[in-house]
Amino acid sequence: MNVIEAEGLTKRYGEREILREISLSVPAGRIFGLIGPSGAGKSTLLRLLDLLEAPTGGRLSILGEDALPMSSRFQLRRRMGMLHQKPVIFNRTVHENIAIGLKYRHESRDRIESRVRDALREIDLPGYSPRPARTLSGGEAQRVALARALVTDPEILFLDEPTANLDPPSAENLEEIILRLNREKGMTIVMSTHDMLQGQRLAGSIGVLMGGRLTQVGNSLEIFQRPASKDIARFVRVENILNGLVTENIAGEVIVDVSGKIFRAVAPLQPGERVNLLFRAEDVTIDLAGGMKSSARNVFPGKIKRLVTLRPVVQVVIDCGIEITALVTASSAEDLGLSEGKEVRVSVKATAIHVLPET
Amino acid sequence: MAGEIVDGFIQAIQLIMTGNPEVMRITLLSLEISLAATFLSALISIPAGALLYYHEFFGKRVLVNILQTLYALPTVLAGLLLFLLISHQGPLGFLSLLYTPYGMVIAQMILVLPLITGLTFSTLNGTDPAIRSTVLSLGATKLQSMGTLILETRFGILAAVILGFGRAISEVGAAMIIGGNIRGYTRVLTTAISLETSIGDFALAIALGIILLGVAVLVNIVLNLVQSGSVLKNTWTS
Repeated sequence: MNVIEAEGLTKRYGEREILREISLSVPAGRIFGLIGPSGAGKSTLLRLLDLLEAPTGGRLSILGEDALPMSSRFQLRRRMGMLHQKPVIFNRTVHENIAIGLKYRHESRDRIESRVRDALREIDLPGYSPRPARTLSGGEAQRVALARALVTDPEILFLDEPTANLDPPSAENLEEIILRLNREKGMTIVMSTHDMLQGQRLAGSIGVLMGGRLTQVGNSLEIFQRPASKDIARFVRVENILNGLVTENIAGEVIVDVSGKIFRAVAPLQPGERVNLLFRAEDVTIDLAGGMKSSARNVFPGKIKRLVTLRPVVQVVIDCGIEITALVTASSAEDLGLSEGKEVRVSVKATAIHVLPET
Repeated sequence: MAGEIVDGFIQAIQLIMTGNPEVMRITLLSLEISLAATFLSALISIPAGALLYYHEFFGKRVLVNILQTLYALPTVLAGLLLFLLISHQGPLGFLSLLYTPYGMVIAQMILVLPLITGLTFSTLNGTDPAIRSTVLSLGATKLQSMGTLILETRFGILAAVILGFGRAISEVGAAMIIGGNIRGYTRVLTTAISLETSIGDFALAIALGIILLGVAVLVNIVLNLVQSGSVLKNTWTS
Protein backbone atom coordinates (compact mmCIF):
# COMPACT_ATOMS: atom_id res chain seq x y z
CA MET A 1 0.00 0.00 0.00
CA ASN A 2 1.19 3.49 -0.78
CA VAL A 3 1.01 5.71 2.28
CA ILE A 4 1.67 8.79 0.18
CA GLU A 5 0.07 9.24 -3.18
CA ALA A 6 0.49 12.61 -4.84
CA GLU A 7 -0.68 13.54 -8.30
CA GLY A 8 0.04 16.79 -10.09
CA LEU A 9 0.81 18.59 -6.84
CA THR A 10 1.47 22.28 -7.44
CA LYS A 11 2.30 25.09 -5.04
CA ARG A 12 2.32 28.76 -5.89
CA TYR A 13 2.95 31.77 -3.68
CA GLY A 14 1.35 34.57 -5.65
CA GLU A 15 3.02 34.50 -9.03
CA ARG A 16 5.92 32.38 -7.88
CA GLU A 17 5.60 28.69 -8.67
CA ILE A 18 7.52 26.67 -6.09
CA LEU A 19 6.37 23.18 -7.01
CA ARG A 20 5.05 22.05 -10.33
CA GLU A 21 3.07 18.93 -11.13
CA ILE A 22 4.66 16.65 -8.58
CA SER A 23 3.50 13.07 -8.84
CA LEU A 24 4.89 10.71 -6.29
CA SER A 25 4.01 7.54 -4.47
CA VAL A 26 5.73 6.20 -1.40
CA PRO A 27 4.96 2.65 -0.26
CA ALA A 28 4.57 1.85 3.42
CA GLY A 29 7.81 1.07 5.21
CA ARG A 30 10.02 2.78 2.65
CA ILE A 31 12.74 5.36 3.25
CA PHE A 32 12.26 7.90 0.52
CA GLY A 33 15.04 10.42 -0.01
CA LEU A 34 14.45 13.76 -1.63
CA ILE A 35 17.55 15.33 -3.08
CA GLY A 36 18.02 18.54 -4.98
CA PRO A 37 19.83 21.85 -4.83
CA SER A 38 18.79 24.45 -2.26
CA GLY A 39 15.73 26.33 -3.31
CA ALA A 40 14.45 23.43 -5.39
CA GLY A 41 11.34 23.16 -3.22
CA LYS A 42 12.28 20.22 -0.97
CA SER A 43 11.07 21.86 2.24
CA THR A 44 7.88 23.07 0.60
CA LEU A 45 7.13 19.58 -0.69
CA LEU A 46 7.65 18.11 2.77
CA ARG A 47 5.35 20.78 4.21
CA LEU A 48 2.66 19.88 1.71
CA LEU A 49 2.98 16.19 2.50
CA ASP A 50 2.93 16.80 6.26
CA LEU A 51 -0.24 18.86 5.63
CA LEU A 52 1.26 22.00 7.12
CA GLU A 53 0.37 23.84 3.95
CA ALA A 54 -2.26 23.22 1.32
CA PRO A 55 -1.25 22.75 -2.30
CA THR A 56 -2.46 25.20 -4.93
CA GLY A 57 -3.44 22.33 -7.18
CA GLY A 58 -3.28 18.57 -7.58
CA ARG A 59 -4.40 15.60 -5.57
CA LEU A 60 -2.94 14.13 -2.43
CA SER A 61 -3.82 11.10 -0.42
CA ILE A 62 -2.10 10.20 2.83
CA LEU A 63 -2.46 6.85 4.60
CA GLY A 64 -5.20 5.94 2.16
CA GLU A 65 -7.31 9.01 2.84
CA ASP A 66 -7.93 12.07 0.73
CA ALA A 67 -5.74 14.64 2.43
CA LEU A 68 -7.15 17.79 0.86
CA PRO A 69 -10.43 18.37 2.72
CA MET A 70 -9.93 20.44 5.85
CA SER A 71 -11.95 17.89 7.82
CA SER A 72 -9.40 15.11 7.36
CA ARG A 73 -6.18 17.13 7.54
CA PHE A 74 -6.07 17.58 11.29
CA GLN A 75 -6.53 13.91 12.15
CA LEU A 76 -4.06 12.83 9.45
CA ARG A 77 -1.52 15.33 10.72
CA ARG A 78 -1.72 13.70 14.12
CA ARG A 79 -0.61 10.41 12.54
CA MET A 80 2.58 11.96 11.15
CA GLY A 81 5.68 13.62 12.53
CA MET A 82 8.25 16.09 11.25
CA LEU A 83 11.78 16.96 12.18
CA HIS A 84 13.29 20.17 10.88
CA GLN A 85 16.86 21.00 10.01
CA LYS A 86 16.94 23.62 12.75
CA PRO A 87 14.35 22.34 15.17
CA VAL A 88 12.26 24.73 17.19
CA ILE A 89 12.94 24.03 20.84
CA PHE A 90 10.36 25.48 23.18
CA ASN A 91 11.61 27.64 25.98
CA ARG A 92 10.66 25.09 28.61
CA THR A 93 12.16 21.99 30.11
CA VAL A 94 13.28 19.00 28.06
CA HIS A 95 10.39 17.03 29.57
CA GLU A 96 7.80 19.61 28.55
CA ASN A 97 9.27 19.74 25.06
CA ILE A 98 8.98 16.01 24.52
CA ALA A 99 5.58 15.72 26.17
CA ILE A 100 3.89 18.48 24.19
CA GLY A 101 2.43 16.30 21.40
CA LEU A 102 1.04 13.87 23.98
CA LYS A 103 -0.52 16.73 25.91
CA TYR A 104 -2.16 18.00 22.74
CA ARG A 105 -3.66 14.52 22.42
CA HIS A 106 -4.87 14.57 26.03
CA GLU A 107 -2.94 11.46 27.00
CA SER A 108 -3.02 10.49 30.66
CA ARG A 109 -0.33 11.79 32.95
CA ASP A 110 1.00 8.27 33.62
CA ARG A 111 1.29 7.49 29.96
CA ILE A 112 3.05 10.79 29.28
CA GLU A 113 5.53 10.11 32.08
CA SER A 114 6.42 6.65 30.86
CA ARG A 115 6.59 7.66 27.19
CA VAL A 116 8.89 10.60 27.95
CA ARG A 117 11.11 8.44 30.14
CA ASP A 118 11.41 5.81 27.39
CA ALA A 119 12.05 8.46 24.78
CA LEU A 120 14.85 10.05 26.81
CA ARG A 121 16.48 6.67 27.15
CA GLU A 122 16.14 5.98 23.44
CA ILE A 123 17.86 9.22 22.47
CA ASP A 124 20.48 8.59 25.11
CA LEU A 125 19.69 11.63 27.27
CA PRO A 126 18.38 10.04 30.47
CA GLY A 127 18.18 12.45 33.38
CA TYR A 128 17.76 15.44 31.09
CA SER A 129 14.05 15.79 31.92
CA PRO A 130 14.17 18.91 34.15
CA ARG A 131 16.77 20.79 32.14
CA PRO A 132 15.85 23.99 30.34
CA ALA A 133 15.80 22.81 26.75
CA ARG A 134 17.33 25.99 25.38
CA THR A 135 20.61 25.14 27.08
CA LEU A 136 21.12 21.98 25.00
CA SER A 137 23.81 21.66 22.33
CA GLY A 138 22.78 21.45 18.67
CA GLY A 139 23.02 17.68 18.55
CA GLU A 140 21.13 17.24 21.82
CA ALA A 141 18.42 19.65 20.71
CA GLN A 142 18.05 17.72 17.47
CA ARG A 143 17.63 14.48 19.41
CA VAL A 144 15.06 16.07 21.73
CA ALA A 145 13.14 17.32 18.70
CA LEU A 146 13.25 13.81 17.24
CA ALA A 147 12.02 12.30 20.50
CA ARG A 148 9.25 14.90 20.55
CA ALA A 149 8.14 13.84 17.08
CA LEU A 150 8.40 10.13 17.90
CA VAL A 151 6.55 9.85 21.22
CA THR A 152 3.24 10.11 19.37
CA ASP A 153 4.11 7.05 17.24
CA PRO A 154 3.84 8.64 13.81
CA GLU A 155 3.13 6.33 10.88
CA ILE A 156 5.06 8.61 8.55
CA LEU A 157 8.07 10.63 9.65
CA PHE A 158 9.30 13.60 7.63
CA LEU A 159 12.86 14.75 8.06
CA ASP A 160 13.92 18.04 6.53
CA GLU A 161 17.70 18.00 6.14
CA PRO A 162 17.96 16.36 9.54
CA THR A 163 21.74 16.26 9.78
CA ALA A 164 22.66 19.47 7.98
CA ASN A 165 23.58 21.28 11.20
CA LEU A 166 25.16 18.39 13.04
CA ASP A 167 28.76 17.41 13.55
CA PRO A 168 29.74 14.08 11.93
CA PRO A 169 29.33 11.86 15.04
CA SER A 170 25.90 13.36 15.82
CA ALA A 171 24.87 12.96 12.21
CA GLU A 172 25.96 9.34 12.21
CA ASN A 173 24.06 8.77 15.44
CA LEU A 174 20.90 10.25 13.92
CA GLU A 175 21.29 8.14 10.77
CA GLU A 176 21.45 5.02 12.91
CA ILE A 177 18.27 6.03 14.73
CA ILE A 178 16.52 6.65 11.41
CA LEU A 179 17.52 3.25 10.06
CA ARG A 180 16.47 1.54 13.28
CA LEU A 181 13.04 3.21 13.26
CA ASN A 182 12.52 2.05 9.73
CA ARG A 183 13.73 -1.52 10.28
CA GLU A 184 12.23 -2.21 13.68
CA LYS A 185 8.99 -0.26 13.54
CA GLY A 186 8.48 -0.28 9.79
CA MET A 187 8.04 3.47 9.90
CA THR A 188 7.77 5.17 6.54
CA ILE A 189 10.33 7.93 6.34
CA VAL A 190 10.52 10.76 3.85
CA MET A 191 13.67 12.80 4.16
CA SER A 192 15.23 15.61 2.24
CA THR A 193 18.96 15.92 2.09
CA HIS A 194 21.54 17.67 0.03
CA ASP A 195 24.09 15.09 1.16
CA MET A 196 23.97 12.63 -1.69
CA LEU A 197 25.99 10.04 0.14
CA GLN A 198 23.45 10.15 2.93
CA GLY A 199 20.72 9.70 0.35
CA GLN A 200 22.49 6.60 -0.92
CA ARG A 201 23.16 5.24 2.57
CA LEU A 202 19.63 5.58 3.85
CA ALA A 203 17.09 5.80 1.12
CA GLY A 204 15.51 2.85 -0.65
CA SER A 205 14.33 5.21 -3.31
CA ILE A 206 15.32 8.72 -4.20
CA GLY A 207 13.51 11.54 -5.89
CA VAL A 208 15.43 14.37 -7.49
CA LEU A 209 13.75 17.74 -7.16
CA MET A 210 15.05 20.49 -9.42
CA GLY A 211 13.45 23.84 -9.99
CA GLY A 212 10.20 22.68 -8.41
CA ARG A 213 9.88 19.57 -10.56
CA LEU A 214 10.46 15.99 -9.62
CA THR A 215 12.82 15.17 -12.45
CA GLN A 216 13.71 11.59 -11.60
CA VAL A 217 12.65 8.91 -9.15
CA GLY A 218 14.53 5.69 -8.71
CA ASN A 219 16.87 3.69 -6.53
CA SER A 220 20.26 5.16 -5.81
CA LEU A 221 22.00 3.14 -8.53
CA GLU A 222 19.64 4.54 -11.13
CA ILE A 223 20.00 8.10 -9.93
CA PHE A 224 23.75 8.06 -9.59
CA GLN A 225 24.71 5.93 -12.58
CA ARG A 226 21.93 6.77 -14.98
CA PRO A 227 20.75 10.29 -14.26
CA ALA A 228 17.84 11.30 -16.46
CA SER A 229 19.26 14.66 -17.48
CA LYS A 230 22.47 16.62 -17.71
CA ASP A 231 21.33 18.82 -14.81
CA ILE A 232 20.75 15.81 -12.58
CA ALA A 233 24.10 14.40 -13.68
CA ARG A 234 25.80 17.62 -12.63
CA PHE A 235 23.93 17.65 -9.35
CA VAL A 236 24.85 14.08 -8.45
CA ARG A 237 28.39 14.98 -9.44
CA VAL A 238 28.92 12.87 -12.48
CA GLU A 239 32.39 14.19 -13.26
CA ASN A 240 32.54 13.23 -16.89
CA ILE A 241 29.89 14.75 -19.10
CA LEU A 242 30.92 14.66 -22.76
CA ASN A 243 29.07 15.79 -25.82
CA GLY A 244 29.16 13.67 -28.99
CA LEU A 245 27.46 12.36 -32.10
CA VAL A 246 26.27 8.80 -32.68
CA THR A 247 27.92 7.50 -35.84
CA GLU A 248 26.94 3.85 -35.78
CA ASN A 249 24.69 1.42 -33.97
CA ILE A 250 25.86 -2.18 -34.10
CA ALA A 251 23.44 -4.51 -32.35
CA GLY A 252 22.72 -2.09 -29.54
CA GLU A 253 26.27 -0.88 -29.18
CA VAL A 254 26.64 2.69 -30.33
CA ILE A 255 29.78 4.35 -31.57
CA VAL A 256 29.95 7.95 -30.45
CA ASP A 257 32.32 10.53 -31.80
CA VAL A 258 33.43 12.99 -29.12
CA SER A 259 35.69 15.63 -30.71
CA GLY A 260 37.41 12.96 -32.76
CA LYS A 261 37.65 10.39 -29.97
CA ILE A 262 35.61 7.26 -30.50
CA PHE A 263 33.58 5.94 -27.55
CA ARG A 264 31.60 2.74 -27.41
CA ALA A 265 28.55 2.54 -25.22
CA VAL A 266 25.26 0.70 -24.96
CA ALA A 267 22.14 2.56 -26.04
CA PRO A 268 19.23 2.11 -28.44
CA LEU A 269 20.05 5.22 -30.45
CA GLN A 270 20.42 5.79 -34.17
CA PRO A 271 23.32 7.40 -36.05
CA GLY A 272 23.05 11.16 -36.35
CA GLU A 273 21.71 11.75 -32.86
CA ARG A 274 23.56 14.18 -30.59
CA VAL A 275 24.15 12.72 -27.17
CA ASN A 276 25.77 13.31 -23.82
CA LEU A 277 28.00 10.59 -22.46
CA LEU A 278 27.96 10.40 -18.68
CA PHE A 279 30.28 8.33 -16.55
CA ARG A 280 31.52 8.61 -13.01
CA ALA A 281 35.18 9.20 -12.21
CA GLU A 282 35.31 6.03 -10.12
CA ASP A 283 34.43 4.04 -13.26
CA VAL A 284 37.55 5.33 -15.02
CA THR A 285 40.69 3.29 -14.52
CA ILE A 286 44.23 4.53 -15.04
CA ASP A 287 47.24 2.49 -15.95
CA LEU A 288 50.64 3.43 -17.17
CA ALA A 289 51.15 4.02 -20.86
CA GLY A 290 52.46 0.88 -22.56
CA GLY A 291 51.19 -1.44 -19.86
CA MET A 292 49.01 -4.52 -20.25
CA LYS A 293 46.26 -4.34 -22.79
CA SER A 294 42.97 -3.38 -21.16
CA SER A 295 39.80 -5.38 -21.72
CA ALA A 296 37.75 -2.21 -21.69
CA ARG A 297 36.41 -0.93 -24.98
CA ASN A 298 37.26 2.70 -24.47
CA VAL A 299 40.97 3.25 -24.00
CA PHE A 300 42.68 6.59 -24.48
CA PRO A 301 46.26 7.69 -23.97
CA GLY A 302 46.76 11.02 -22.29
CA LYS A 303 48.78 13.20 -20.00
CA ILE A 304 47.94 14.00 -16.37
CA LYS A 305 46.89 17.59 -16.12
CA ARG A 306 45.95 17.89 -12.47
CA LEU A 307 45.93 15.83 -9.27
CA VAL A 308 43.64 16.68 -6.37
CA THR A 309 44.17 14.68 -3.22
CA LEU A 310 40.94 14.10 -1.29
CA ARG A 311 42.07 11.37 1.08
CA PRO A 312 41.54 8.48 0.89
CA VAL A 313 41.16 9.10 -2.85
CA VAL A 314 42.86 11.15 -5.50
CA GLN A 315 41.04 12.88 -8.31
CA VAL A 316 43.04 12.81 -11.51
CA VAL A 317 42.27 14.98 -14.52
CA ILE A 318 43.77 13.59 -17.70
CA ASP A 319 44.08 15.42 -20.97
CA CYS A 320 43.38 12.92 -23.74
CA GLY A 321 42.49 15.58 -26.26
CA ILE A 322 39.32 15.72 -24.22
CA GLU A 323 39.45 15.99 -20.45
CA ILE A 324 38.57 12.88 -18.48
CA THR A 325 38.41 12.75 -14.70
CA ALA A 326 39.30 9.60 -12.83
CA LEU A 327 39.20 8.69 -9.18
CA VAL A 328 41.83 6.34 -7.75
CA THR A 329 42.77 5.43 -4.22
CA ALA A 330 45.65 7.37 -2.76
CA SER A 331 47.69 4.18 -2.41
CA SER A 332 47.25 3.13 -6.02
CA ALA A 333 48.11 6.67 -7.12
CA GLU A 334 51.33 6.22 -5.21
CA ASP A 335 51.99 2.77 -6.64
CA LEU A 336 51.50 4.08 -10.15
CA GLY A 337 53.66 7.10 -9.32
CA LEU A 338 51.05 9.48 -10.71
CA SER A 339 52.21 13.05 -11.08
CA GLU A 340 51.41 16.02 -13.23
CA GLY A 341 52.61 15.68 -16.81
CA LYS A 342 52.91 11.88 -16.60
CA GLU A 343 51.79 9.86 -19.62
CA VAL A 344 49.03 7.41 -18.75
CA ARG A 345 46.23 5.44 -20.32
CA VAL A 346 42.62 5.73 -19.20
CA SER A 347 39.90 3.21 -19.84
CA VAL A 348 36.16 3.14 -19.33
CA LYS A 349 33.92 0.12 -19.81
CA ALA A 350 31.22 0.55 -22.42
CA THR A 351 28.60 -0.53 -19.90
CA ALA A 352 29.69 2.16 -17.41
CA ILE A 353 28.76 4.92 -19.83
CA HIS A 354 25.27 6.32 -19.65
CA VAL A 355 24.13 7.74 -22.95
CA LEU A 356 21.65 10.57 -22.80
CA PRO A 357 20.11 12.02 -25.96
CA GLU A 358 20.66 15.76 -26.17
CA THR A 359 17.45 17.64 -25.60
CA MET B 1 8.01 79.64 46.82
CA ALA B 2 11.25 77.72 47.27
CA GLY B 3 10.50 77.42 50.98
CA GLU B 4 7.04 76.13 50.24
CA ILE B 5 8.44 73.39 48.04
CA VAL B 6 10.97 72.33 50.69
CA ASP B 7 8.27 72.39 53.37
CA GLY B 8 5.99 70.48 51.06
CA PHE B 9 8.62 67.81 50.58
CA ILE B 10 9.26 67.45 54.29
CA GLN B 11 5.56 67.18 55.05
CA ALA B 12 5.09 64.78 52.16
CA ILE B 13 7.73 62.43 53.52
CA GLN B 14 6.02 62.62 56.90
CA LEU B 15 2.66 61.81 55.33
CA ILE B 16 4.10 58.74 53.65
CA MET B 17 6.16 57.58 56.63
CA THR B 18 3.30 57.92 59.09
CA GLY B 19 0.97 56.06 56.77
CA ASN B 20 -1.49 58.92 56.45
CA PRO B 21 -4.93 57.29 55.90
CA GLU B 22 -5.91 59.66 53.11
CA VAL B 23 -2.69 58.96 51.22
CA MET B 24 -3.07 55.24 51.75
CA ARG B 25 -6.71 55.21 50.66
CA ILE B 26 -5.97 57.12 47.45
CA THR B 27 -2.99 54.94 46.65
CA LEU B 28 -4.87 51.72 47.27
CA LEU B 29 -7.85 52.79 45.18
CA SER B 30 -5.52 53.83 42.39
CA LEU B 31 -3.82 50.46 42.40
CA GLU B 32 -7.13 48.60 42.59
CA ILE B 33 -8.68 50.41 39.66
CA SER B 34 -5.63 50.28 37.42
CA LEU B 35 -4.80 46.68 38.24
CA ALA B 36 -8.40 45.68 37.57
CA ALA B 37 -8.40 47.57 34.27
CA THR B 38 -5.09 46.00 33.26
CA PHE B 39 -6.09 42.50 34.29
CA LEU B 40 -9.44 42.62 32.49
CA SER B 41 -7.80 44.13 29.42
CA ALA B 42 -5.16 41.40 29.39
CA LEU B 43 -7.89 38.75 29.53
CA ILE B 44 -9.43 40.20 26.40
CA SER B 45 -6.35 41.55 24.62
CA ILE B 46 -4.02 38.57 24.71
CA PRO B 47 -6.49 36.22 22.99
CA ALA B 48 -7.52 39.06 20.69
CA GLY B 49 -3.90 39.69 19.72
CA ALA B 50 -3.45 35.96 19.12
CA LEU B 51 -6.58 35.79 16.96
CA LEU B 52 -5.29 38.72 14.97
CA TYR B 53 -2.00 36.89 14.46
CA TYR B 54 -3.70 33.66 13.42
CA HIS B 55 -6.15 35.03 10.92
CA GLU B 56 -5.70 36.73 7.62
CA PHE B 57 -8.60 38.91 6.62
CA PHE B 58 -9.38 41.94 4.57
CA GLY B 59 -8.45 45.12 6.42
CA LYS B 60 -6.11 43.42 8.90
CA ARG B 61 -3.30 45.83 8.20
CA VAL B 62 -5.61 48.79 8.66
CA LEU B 63 -6.87 47.36 11.93
CA VAL B 64 -3.31 46.94 13.20
CA ASN B 65 -2.56 50.52 12.20
CA ILE B 66 -5.63 51.75 14.05
CA LEU B 67 -4.60 49.82 17.16
CA GLN B 68 -1.14 51.31 17.01
CA THR B 69 -2.59 54.80 16.61
CA LEU B 70 -4.74 54.20 19.69
CA TYR B 71 -1.60 53.58 21.76
CA ALA B 72 -1.43 57.38 21.84
CA LEU B 73 -5.15 58.05 22.22
CA PRO B 74 -5.38 61.17 24.42
CA THR B 75 -6.82 60.11 27.73
CA VAL B 76 -9.25 63.02 27.95
CA LEU B 77 -10.65 61.97 24.61
CA ALA B 78 -11.24 58.44 25.90
CA GLY B 79 -12.87 60.02 28.93
CA LEU B 80 -15.09 62.25 26.81
CA LEU B 81 -16.14 59.37 24.59
CA LEU B 82 -17.08 57.18 27.51
CA PHE B 83 -18.78 60.11 29.26
CA LEU B 84 -21.08 60.58 26.27
CA LEU B 85 -21.93 56.89 26.38
CA ILE B 86 -22.60 56.48 30.09
CA SER B 87 -23.85 59.89 31.15
CA HIS B 88 -27.50 59.91 32.16
CA GLN B 89 -28.66 60.97 28.73
CA GLY B 90 -26.25 58.60 27.00
CA PRO B 91 -27.22 55.25 25.46
CA LEU B 92 -25.67 53.34 28.37
CA GLY B 93 -26.81 55.79 31.01
CA PHE B 94 -29.08 53.22 32.64
CA LEU B 95 -26.01 51.35 33.87
CA SER B 96 -25.21 54.24 36.24
CA LEU B 97 -21.48 53.90 35.73
CA LEU B 98 -20.64 57.58 35.70
CA TYR B 99 -18.67 58.78 38.74
CA THR B 100 -18.05 55.21 39.92
CA PRO B 101 -14.80 53.21 40.16
CA TYR B 102 -16.37 50.75 37.67
CA GLY B 103 -16.71 53.50 35.13
CA MET B 104 -13.05 54.39 35.72
CA VAL B 105 -12.01 50.77 35.17
CA ILE B 106 -13.83 50.82 31.84
CA ALA B 107 -12.25 54.14 30.91
CA GLN B 108 -8.76 52.81 31.60
CA MET B 109 -9.55 49.63 29.72
CA ILE B 110 -10.33 51.72 26.64
CA LEU B 111 -6.80 53.10 26.93
CA VAL B 112 -5.10 49.77 27.68
CA LEU B 113 -6.95 47.35 25.39
CA PRO B 114 -5.44 48.58 22.12
CA LEU B 115 -2.00 48.71 23.68
CA ILE B 116 -1.93 45.12 24.92
CA THR B 117 -3.74 43.78 21.84
CA GLY B 118 -1.37 45.53 19.47
CA LEU B 119 1.76 44.61 21.36
CA THR B 120 0.65 40.98 21.74
CA PHE B 121 0.11 40.85 18.00
CA SER B 122 3.53 42.40 17.29
CA THR B 123 5.23 40.04 19.70
CA LEU B 124 3.65 36.97 18.09
CA ASN B 125 4.23 38.37 14.63
CA GLY B 126 7.90 38.79 15.43
CA THR B 127 8.40 35.13 16.31
CA ASP B 128 9.98 32.62 13.98
CA PRO B 129 7.19 31.24 11.74
CA ALA B 130 8.81 27.84 12.25
CA ILE B 131 7.41 27.80 15.78
CA ARG B 132 3.88 27.93 14.47
CA SER B 133 4.40 25.16 11.96
CA THR B 134 6.25 23.00 14.48
CA VAL B 135 3.31 23.31 16.85
CA LEU B 136 0.97 22.39 14.01
CA SER B 137 3.05 19.37 13.01
CA LEU B 138 2.96 18.15 16.61
CA GLY B 139 -0.80 17.85 16.29
CA ALA B 140 -2.08 20.94 18.09
CA THR B 141 -5.60 22.21 17.59
CA LYS B 142 -5.85 25.88 16.83
CA LEU B 143 -6.58 26.68 20.47
CA GLN B 144 -3.67 24.54 21.72
CA SER B 145 -1.43 26.17 19.19
CA MET B 146 -2.36 29.65 20.43
CA GLY B 147 -1.75 28.57 24.02
CA THR B 148 1.72 27.26 23.19
CA LEU B 149 2.64 30.35 21.23
CA ILE B 150 1.50 32.69 23.98
CA LEU B 151 3.52 30.68 26.49
CA GLU B 152 6.55 30.82 24.21
CA THR B 153 6.31 34.60 23.96
CA ARG B 154 5.32 35.10 27.61
CA PHE B 155 8.10 37.61 28.32
CA GLY B 156 7.10 39.87 25.46
CA ILE B 157 3.43 39.62 26.31
CA LEU B 158 4.03 40.27 29.99
CA ALA B 159 5.99 43.35 29.01
CA ALA B 160 2.95 44.51 27.03
CA VAL B 161 0.73 44.00 30.09
CA ILE B 162 3.12 45.95 32.30
CA LEU B 163 3.22 48.80 29.82
CA GLY B 164 -0.58 48.75 29.87
CA PHE B 165 -0.59 49.08 33.64
CA GLY B 166 1.82 51.98 33.39
CA ARG B 167 -0.54 53.79 31.04
CA ALA B 168 -3.55 53.08 33.26
CA ILE B 169 -2.07 54.24 36.57
CA SER B 170 -0.53 57.39 35.20
CA GLU B 171 -3.46 58.76 33.19
CA VAL B 172 -5.50 61.61 34.60
CA GLY B 173 -7.89 62.80 31.93
CA ALA B 174 -10.29 59.88 31.79
CA ALA B 175 -10.15 59.27 35.53
CA MET B 176 -11.14 62.85 36.15
CA ILE B 177 -14.00 62.98 33.64
CA ILE B 178 -15.46 59.55 34.45
CA GLY B 179 -14.58 59.28 38.13
CA GLY B 180 -15.25 62.87 39.09
CA ASN B 181 -12.53 62.81 41.77
CA ILE B 182 -14.95 62.02 44.61
CA ARG B 183 -13.05 61.80 47.84
CA GLY B 184 -12.83 58.28 49.22
CA TYR B 185 -14.70 56.86 46.26
CA THR B 186 -13.14 57.77 42.93
CA ARG B 187 -10.21 59.91 43.97
CA VAL B 188 -7.01 58.35 42.65
CA LEU B 189 -3.36 59.45 42.67
CA THR B 190 -3.45 61.47 39.49
CA THR B 191 -6.77 63.22 40.08
CA ALA B 192 -5.83 63.94 43.69
CA ILE B 193 -2.51 65.49 42.66
CA SER B 194 -4.34 67.63 40.16
CA LEU B 195 -6.84 68.83 42.76
CA GLU B 196 -4.39 69.38 45.62
CA THR B 197 -2.11 71.34 43.34
CA SER B 198 -4.93 73.62 42.28
CA ILE B 199 -6.00 74.32 45.86
CA GLY B 200 -2.42 74.83 47.01
CA ASP B 201 -2.00 71.78 49.31
CA PHE B 202 1.43 71.00 47.97
CA ALA B 203 2.40 68.63 50.76
CA LEU B 204 -0.31 66.12 49.86
CA ALA B 205 0.24 66.63 46.12
CA ILE B 206 3.96 66.01 46.46
CA ALA B 207 3.42 62.96 48.68
CA LEU B 208 1.06 61.45 46.11
CA GLY B 209 3.46 62.45 43.36
CA ILE B 210 6.29 60.61 45.05
CA ILE B 211 4.15 57.51 45.34
CA LEU B 212 3.07 57.71 41.70
CA LEU B 213 6.67 58.14 40.66
CA GLY B 214 7.56 55.19 42.85
CA VAL B 215 4.96 53.05 41.10
CA ALA B 216 6.31 54.18 37.73
CA VAL B 217 9.86 53.33 38.77
CA LEU B 218 8.72 49.95 40.03
CA VAL B 219 6.89 49.23 36.79
CA ASN B 220 9.99 50.17 34.87
CA ILE B 221 12.20 47.93 36.97
CA VAL B 222 9.86 44.97 36.58
CA LEU B 223 9.65 45.65 32.86
CA ASN B 224 13.41 45.64 32.54
CA LEU B 225 13.67 42.42 34.46
CA VAL B 226 11.01 40.81 32.32
CA GLN B 227 12.64 41.96 29.11
CA SER B 228 16.01 40.67 30.14
CA GLY B 229 14.07 37.61 31.20
CA SER B 230 16.37 36.99 34.12
CA VAL B 231 14.01 36.74 37.07
CA LEU B 232 11.18 34.90 35.39
CA LYS B 233 13.37 32.60 33.36
CA ASN B 234 15.10 31.37 36.45
CA THR B 235 11.94 30.81 38.43
CA TRP B 236 10.40 29.15 35.41
CA THR B 237 13.08 26.61 34.85
CA SER B 238 14.21 25.89 38.37
